[in-house]
Amino acid sequence: MTQHHSSLPNLSSAIATAGSSRRGFLRGAMLGGALLSSSTLLDACGGGGSGSATGSVAFGMNEAAGSGPAYDRLKAMADAYAKKSGVSVKTNAVDHNTFQDNINTYLQGSPDDVFTWFAGYRMDQFAQQGLITDVSDLWPIDGMSDSFKAAATASDGKQYFVPKDYYPWAVFYKKSVFQKFGYAPPTTEADFTSLMKQMQTDGLVPFAFADKDGWPAMGTFDILNMRINGYDYHISLMAGEKDWDSTEVKTVFDAWRGLLPYHQPDALGRTWQEAATSLGKEECGMYLLGTFVVDGIPDMEDDLDFFTFPELDSSIGADALDAPIDGFCLAAAGQNQTGGKEMLKYLGTAAAAEAANAKATPFIAANSNADTSGYSALQKKSVEVVSAATHIAQFMDRDTRADFASTVMIPSLQQFLNSPDDIDGITSSIQKQKVSIFGS
Amino acid sequence: MTSTTSTTEARTSSRATRRGSRRRLPWRDRVVISVMVVIPTLFVVCLVWVPAMLSVVLSFSNWNGIGSVDSIQWIGWKNYDDITTIYPPFWPAIKHNLIWLGFLFFGPTLLGMLLAVVLDRKMVGSRFYQTAFYMPVVLSLALVGFIWQLFYSRDQGLLNQVLNTQIDWYGDSSVNLWAVLVATAWRHTGYIMLIYLAGLKGIDTSLREAAAVDGANERQSFFHVVFPLMRPINMIVIVIVVIESLRAFDLVWIVNRGTNGLEIIAALVSQNVVGQASRYGFGSALAVIMMLISSVFITIYLRVVFKEERR
Repeated sequence: MTQHHSSLPNLSSAIATAGSSRRGFLRGAMLGGALLSSSTLLDACGGGGSGSATGSVAFGMNEAAGSGPAYDRLKAMADAYAKKSGVSVKTNAVDHNTFQDNINTYLQGSPDDVFTWFAGYRMDQFAQQGLITDVSDLWPIDGMSDSFKAAATASDGKQYFVPKDYYPWAVFYKKSVFQKFGYAPPTTEADFTSLMKQMQTDGLVPFAFADKDGWPAMGTFDILNMRINGYDYHISLMAGEKDWDSTEVKTVFDAWRGLLPYHQPDALGRTWQEAATSLGKEECGMYLLGTFVVDGIPDMEDDLDFFTFPELDSSIGADALDAPIDGFCLAAAGQNQTGGKEMLKYLGTAAAAEAANAKATPFIAANSNADTSGYSALQKKSVEVVSAATHIAQFMDRDTRADFASTVMIPSLQQFLNSPDDIDGITSSIQKQKVSIFGS
Repeated sequence: MTSTTSTTEARTSSRATRRGSRRRLPWRDRVVISVMVVIPTLFVVCLVWVPAMLSVVLSFSNWNGIGSVDSIQWIGWKNYDDITTIYPPFWPAIKHNLIWLGFLFFGPTLLGMLLAVVLDRKMVGSRFYQTAFYMPVVLSLALVGFIWQLFYSRDQGLLNQVLNTQIDWYGDSSVNLWAVLVATAWRHTGYIMLIYLAGLKGIDTSLREAAAVDGANERQSFFHVVFPLMRPINMIVIVIVVIESLRAFDLVWIVNRGTNGLEIIAALVSQNVVGQASRYGFGSALAVIMMLISSVFITIYLRVVFKEERR
């Protein structure tokens, strides 16, 4: 869910065939069309900032108009702010992947004042490059815990982000299956191991597992690293401050190798939706994924429940988890800084979250004062679990450099799943590439 | 005799006057011709040559696209050095592109040509077969990827259900390249078939009849009469195969974005440049390598064409 497909490849294929045949001509014509539409898209990205300095705020959203509940909620928030403050809000709705893929160009051009973004290193990078504005005077925000504040803080110690919603990663299971076999959610490593062994005896594959898209395995690495080496180590490793060929990292891979026999084999050809289906079909007992696992098996939502990944080292505990937070930033190149900040202030309130949730299937609001009566059982439990966590990580591809995550970690983790015995080779390859990318 | 000479003379003289009139009205034609030459040249220079040269320049840099041009760090050959030494997907990608080229040529291309020859003979239902074979070409590659996913899925796919196996067609890095190549072939065969069929239709039937009268059998008349006449089409087919295998991209991108056994150069370029990775320097270096490989084939092709023209 954190990484998405891009639509750009079609362009290059059109360029390559154009001219070789009549079909090539047609493709060339399509290419022309694609270029035209991409230029209108750039207009759409950049057009927002030119509004007058008073009375109007430009709001960039990473959901296309009419694309579903995510868009409806953002729109509702914008409308509610316009209604409350009397300020006109100019919305600019761009498709999710397109928005993400063009973010560098967008922020350096004439961006909207307020735009949707992610917490963590991806926000920190923009803060370091001066592309987003310091909003630390908005903090503390009433209803947001310290862990949210930490997630909104860049490496200079200031806040650059206002959280909107989040979803935790946890171990999902079917209540009916746990009831049928008399399983209980494990809290210690011993319980955990015996549960997995029992599942195998009962003919279940303990863990559903998929990594065709490259990013789901990051969730497994993250949680093992946080359980074995702790949250602080995880964050500095992601920030490039630690070595990937260290004993600590090798221990994580080694623990993972030990768990692989309890995972579905051949994960590299399976999508997370297919893995969710095997959980639904009761071929597998558990599945470590974000709460979006429900989207894979929507008709089983009532039967789903989850627990946080158990403790593996009692000195580290189990108080950290991945819970990617979505929210808003203020673009430094935005025209209306004061107006934008005012709007950000509103977007962080419980009222804004309620306005969003009143109109569509609710998200889990980052602001704990927001009304939770519309939440599903899974969402209510997510709130409990995340409030109980002392540390919230953002998921590997948000906690580290985007280029490192996509061009080094995706292939490397897949390589590990292909040959789990080559831990030394894989970690030293990651380390060499990490030095080349991070420069140290 | 006299009448034919006079018509030939008339023809030559009329050609001469036409040539003369062009000489007499040069400004108009010259403007038209120069506009027709200059505009496409400008497009080619601005959209192809300048970006290509800039890619070469950028390939010696480290730049994430943020900040002005002076924020670019110049790092010499480091990107190339990294690519060939510490970037694991690179060598597999080169290998896969070559496999792709070989497979596309010896598999679907020859099959497409064979199908064209068979369907060119007026057999019952040949139109139906033509449509059936050409159908995959009409589908977008996104759809092709999806259709084959239905066959190849490990847990829910048709292939494993029918064969009663548990092969991970798209995920097992030792088979997935071949699985994707079969999907590509499904589409490529129809494409080549249509081009070749169009060429065959253009061959004068009297030549074949003459060959038949001279006692040539079906195979001899194809290899000694039709095939040599098809030279321009054959050349186009070869160029298409080379281009298709170098630009191979869409399907692997749909399957797994060019990772885990499906590394190919075009996908590596995109992984590094498109989207948020923004390793412009590194990605450009990969693109330059791809450009160099393509230019080898282009040079060979151009030499063949020019040799042909000189004859």
